[in-house]
Amino acid sequence: MTIIDHTTADVPSPHGSPEDSGPLLEVRDLHVEFHTRDGVARAVNGVNYSVSSGETLAVLGESGSGKSVTAQAIMGILDMPPGRIPQGEILYRGRDMLTMSNEERRLIRGQKIAMIFQDALSSLNPVLSVGYQLGEMFRVHQGLSKKEAKAKAIELMDRVRIPAAKDRVNDYPHQFSGGMRQRIMIAMALALEPDLIIADEPTTALDVTVQAQVMDLLAELQREYNMGLILITHDLGVVADVADKIAVMYAGRIVETAPVHELYKRPAHPYTRGLLDSIPRLDQKGQELYAIKGLPPNLTRIPAGCAFNPRCPSAQDICRTDIPALLSVTERDGTELPGRGSACHFWKETIHG
Amino acid sequence: MGRYVARRLLQMIPVFIGSTLLVFSMMYALPGDPVRALAGEQTVDPAQIAAMKKDLGLDLPLWHQYWNYMVGLFQGDFGTQIASGRPVADIISEAFPITVRLTLFAFTFTVLVGISIGVFAGMKADTLRDRGLLILTLLLISVPSFVLGFLGQYFFAFQLGWVNPNVSGEANWNELFLPAVVLGSLSLAYVARLTRTSIAENLRSDYMRTAVAKGLPRRRIIGVHLMRNSMIPVVTFLGTDLGALMGGAVVTEGIFNVKGVGYNIFDALRHREGATVVGIVTLIVVVYLVSSLLVDLLYAVLDPRIRYA
Ligand SMILES: Nc1ncnc2c1ncn2[C@@H]1O[C@H](COP(=O)(O)OP(=O)(O)OP(=O)(O)O)[C@@H](O)[C@H]1O
Ligand code: SF4
Ligand SMILES: [Mg+2]
Repeated sequence: MTIIDHTTADVPSPHGSPEDSGPLLEVRDLHVEFHTRDGVARAVNGVNYSVSSGETLAVLGESGSGKSVTAQAIMGILDMPPGRIPQGEILYRGRDMLTMSNEERRLIRGQKIAMIFQDALSSLNPVLSVGYQLGEMFRVHQGLSKKEAKAKAIELMDRVRIPAAKDRVNDYPHQFSGGMRQRIMIAMALALEPDLIIADEPTTALDVTVQAQVMDLLAELQREYNMGLILITHDLGVVADVADKIAVMYAGRIVETAPVHELYKRPAHPYTRGLLDSIPRLDQKGQELYAIKGLPPNLTRIPAGCAFNPRCPSAQDICRTDIPALLSVTERDGTELPGRGSACHFWKETIHG
Repeated sequence: MGRYVARRLLQMIPVFIGSTLLVFSMMYALPGDPVRALAGEQTVDPAQIAAMKKDLGLDLPLWHQYWNYMVGLFQGDFGTQIASGRPVADIISEAFPITVRLTLFAFTFTVLVGISIGVFAGMKADTLRDRGLLILTLLLISVPSFVLGFLGQYFFAFQLGWVNPNVSGEANWNELFLPAVVLGSLSLAYVARLTRTSIAENLRSDYMRTAVAKGLPRRRIIGVHLMRNSMIPVVTFLGTDLGALMGGAVVTEGIFNVKGVGYNIFDALRHREGATVVGIVTLIVVVYLVSSLLVDLLYAVLDPRIRYA
């Protein structure tokens, strides 16, 4: 089986500095399952992806495809139990975090890898001031005093452009607007200038104009600090602007990976094509929106063969029996397309047909 | 905040008047009177009784008696017991500290043990130890406190001889241990259950996940992030419970023969000593009102989303 890391690692990343040639984070054949009353839900079934410094990986996929669970496994914040990681590796700078001690992992969290959550209101502690919650990062990880931490918190709030930061540092999360709260989340993730930020649908809870501002801010800060960014989203529009490469997930697997613009131009997987076709477009105004038919599979009973086969317009017999591996995608004449891979038996037909 | 406190204090005035008036009229409505009670079984000349009543102002109509009482109260005079001739203020200042001590003892026990049990169970919700503790609290809730009192007395005093069955006039801390445990056990069960539910719920919350993702050490995640949030409903309950504990103390005092407020109320009721009953009940009402105000203020400190205006 060709594992996509070999190909993705070759993608020239526009911001990556030459000295750290290896990827910052590499997820290898990760499996996560949840033992529930209804059986074992296999939420992640062999995910592979990698991110380098300064690079943005967008992870796309329908609800329930395992995007967040993968991120939680990387952060070490999975609910265990019911969650379990039966197989896989998560390499941070080449070291497998799954074999590290709890204390080692804790020291990576927040300092080296930070996370931004979707719903800032519930993700911030309602009874502690934002200044306290921001300052806590410096007090715990850098041993700063309360006063120094507060000064740092104000600095951070300025950094993410919260107006009148000095006056608002003692305010509580509920006193901020949704956009401002998400900025605070970003500030918190940014506090210790981590190598990698995982943003799990950072703008989904916001209205459209604010979404753009928050996304721009995130992209700008990422460039400035040359961080790796894993951006989890449903929103193909956001991705096109900020991502370098894309991984599309379906039923706990990566079904396609590609540099961002190539994916939009020529998807190599029927599921990706379906996703792209369901973006509303101005030139098709008035027409009925395309939607992928059917529902995502029940994770306790994932279909045999290609998990997408019950919904796939191009499904053949082989799709119901054989699981398609994530294979490198090439041009018609066999020229390699760097960074591209598809887990479809009929990727050739899909991309070239 | 200041305005809120002022308003709450003002609101206490009608409550204060209402409750004193209520107790006052109840005493008035009871058959028998203190002067006759004084005489006991002996037959006394009705004219003599009438003269005594006139002396004490007991022949006046209810509103007038109440008025006289209130006027006295505002001059710091709680009245005088008819039988013993002792000022009610003396009785109160003797009995109240004992009851307050018992109540605070029970309260501390409730807080420390109840919250510990709740945290211990809630951290591992739905495990064997959680279930076990849940059943224990159910037992405490369903057994009436006087049964618990007698059982405690029977085992620890009569069988094992660890404590005295009756509390001496001094009401030392060690003597009050068993009564306090009995008094606090019901509240303890409620506090434990409330804490447990609150902890288990907050453990699943998004901000706890954030706290872990920030790389905070476990003690801090639990001690700061989890506890601050989980204690909000518990503190609210404890505030209202303080008053209930004082009421319960009256019953517990009966079982263990503690010479506190309960004993004195009971005694005063028997002798129809209106002034004593009203004085004590009024004080209990005031303690209740003030403690619930303090708790509401504490609640606002704990939860910044609560704003009083
Ligand atoms: N704590 C948990 N216990 C049981 N099952 C879980 C748990 N967390 C996640 N799952 C399951 O894992 C599956 C994948 O969830 P995940 O949150 O990764 O989806 P997602 O791709 O992030 O979707 P969305 O776009 O809606 O956020 C879901 O079907 C969910 O039922
Ligand atoms: S493998 Fe078959 S079912 Fe799966 S996406 Fe390709 S064509 Fe469709
Ligand atoms: Mg998600």
